[in-house]
Amino acid sequence: MRPALSAGSRKGRLSETLFVGALLLAVLIGVAALAALVISVLSQGIPRLSIEFLTSLPSRFAEKAGARPAIFGTLWIISVCTLFSVPVGIGAAIYLEEFAKKGRLSTLIDVNIANLAGVPSIIYGLLGLALFVRMFAMGRSVLAGGLTLGLLVLPVIVIVGREALRAVPSSIREGALALGATKWQTISRQVLPVALPSFMTGVILAISRAIGETAPLIAMGALTYVTFVPKALGDRFTALPIQIFNWTSRPQAEFLDTAAAGIVVLLVVLLTMNTAAVLLRHRFEKVPRS
Amino acid sequence: MSTDKPVFKTRDLGVRYADNVAVAGITMDIAENQITALIGPSGCGKSTLIRCFNRMNDLIPSAKVMGEILYRDQNLYLPEVDPVEVRQRIGMVFQKPNPFPKSIYENVAFGLRANGMTDNMPTRVEEALKRAALWDEVKRDLKTNALSLSGGQQQRLCIARALAVEPDVILMDEPASALDPIATARIEDLARELKDQYTIIIVTHNMQQAARLSDFTAFLTVDVDETESRRTGVLVEYAETSQIFTRPKDPRTEAYITGRFG
Repeated sequence: MRPALSAGSRKGRLSETLFVGALLLAVLIGVAALAALVISVLSQGIPRLSIEFLTSLPSRFAEKAGARPAIFGTLWIISVCTLFSVPVGIGAAIYLEEFAKKGRLSTLIDVNIANLAGVPSIIYGLLGLALFVRMFAMGRSVLAGGLTLGLLVLPVIVIVGREALRAVPSSIREGALALGATKWQTISRQVLPVALPSFMTGVILAISRAIGETAPLIAMGALTYVTFVPKALGDRFTALPIQIFNWTSRPQAEFLDTAAAGIVVLLVVLLTMNTAAVLLRHRFEKVPRS
Repeated sequence: MSTDKPVFKTRDLGVRYADNVAVAGITMDIAENQITALIGPSGCGKSTLIRCFNRMNDLIPSAKVMGEILYRDQNLYLPEVDPVEVRQRIGMVFQKPNPFPKSIYENVAFGLRANGMTDNMPTRVEEALKRAALWDEVKRDLKTNALSLSGGQQQRLCIARALAVEPDVILMDEPASALDPIATARIEDLARELKDQYTIIIVTHNMQQAARLSDFTAFLTVDVDETESRRTGVLVEYAETSQIFTRPKDPRTEAYITGRFG
C-alpha cells in the first residue's frame, strides 16, 4: 500500500505558515510605522493647512505663521542643486564608465565615490561652509546652499549614472561602432537614450533625499527665521525642513500643529517628485525590450 | 592560394588576449565579390579573426593584433588609420540581431547621419531596406520600433543598416545562428544576391551553410598545447569551397567535414 498523501506534509505546511506570518509581520511593522506617522501628521496638520499658511511669512504667533519663504527657499536650493549635480554627475559617470582605462586609478576613484556616498550629510554642510560660504565668498546664500546639497547628492548620481550605463547591452555599442559611428555618436545617440529612464529615476530619488536634508543647511548657516522670499542666487534663505525644525523647537504647543502642516507640505512636494519619476520612467519605457 | 584582386591580405595574422594567443599564423587572401566562409570547431578563433577585419578587436582592451592585415594594400593597423573610417568601409552583422531600440527608419538613418550621408535620407533608407529584402514587409511601419520585428527581420534590418552606409565589405559573424531555418534561408539568399556588389566574409559553424553559400572556405582548428594548457586557433586549409568539401588536402579538414570531430 502506498502511504496516505497527507502524511508528513502537514508539519511542512505549518512551518511554512509560520514563516509567511513572520514575513507579513515584518511588512506590517514598516507599514504601521509609516501609517502612524502619516495619520498623526495629517490629523494635526490638515486643520492648520490653508492658502494663508502657504502664502504667509513666519510669525511669532503660531496661528499666523506661514511657510512661504521656506517653500520658495526649498525650490531655489533644489533647482541650484539639480542644475549643478545632474550635468556634473552624468559627465563623471560617462567618463568613468565609457572612457576611463580600467586600472588602479579607476579602482581608487570607484572606492572613493562609493565612500563619499556614505559620508554623513552634516560633513557636507561643513564642507559647504568652508568652500562656498568662506573660500568662494558666496555667503550663506541660495547658491551656496544649493551647491552644498549638490555635492551631497553628486556621488549618488555618479553611481546611479554608472549603473544605468552599465545596464545598456554592449551589443548596442558594438552595433553602432560597426556602422562607422564615433564613440561619442555611439554614446550620445544610442547608449544615453537607453540609459536615461533608470538614470532619471535614480536622480529624482537622490534629489528628493536632498529636499529633506536639514543638517548640512544648518551647518553651513542657513537662516531659521526668515521674513522674506529669496529673489536671487545671492539672497539668504531658509528651507522647509529647517522651518519645521524651528517650529517644533518652539515652547508654545500650538507651533506643533504649524510644524505638522509644514511636514504635510514637504511630503506633498516629495510625493509629487516621486510620482513625476515614475511617470517619466513609464513614458520612456514604452520601448519594448527584447 | 591567391586570387586576382584580393580585398584583404593577411600576413601571419594573430590575436592575443593578455598572455593567451587566441589565433596565430593566419595568412590568407580574401577575393573580391566572393563569399569567403570561415569554419571550424568552437574556440578555434573564427569570431576573433573576423573581428580583425574591421578592427572591432580594438574594443577589447586586452586584445592585441599581431602580424599584418592589408585592406586594398593598406595596412589596417597602422597608427594613422582611423578605425571609425575602417568600420564605415567594412560593415559587420553580428551573431545575435542587435537593432537599436528605435524605429525601423531610425535604425537605418543612424549610420547615415554618423557618416554625414544626410542627403536624400528617405531614399537612402528605402534603398537599403530594399537591398536587404525587407522593404516590402516594413514599408508601412517605418515608425514601428525595430524590436517588434521577428528575429529574421531584425537580422535583415541589421544588414540593411550596414548596407546603407555603402560599405565595400560585409563581415557576418554567424548571422543565422539565432534564426529558424526559413529565416536562415532568406539570409543566405540575401548574401548570394549581395555578393555582386560586396565582398562578404562569413563565420559559420554550420558546414552545410558554408558549402551551400561560399566560394572559398577557410578551415580553422584549435592547436592544443598540453604542457602549457594553451589553445590557439590556426588555419589548416584554405581553398575553393568545392575543393575543401570534396578533396580536402589535410586529414584534419577531412575529419571535420565528414563529422568525425568538432
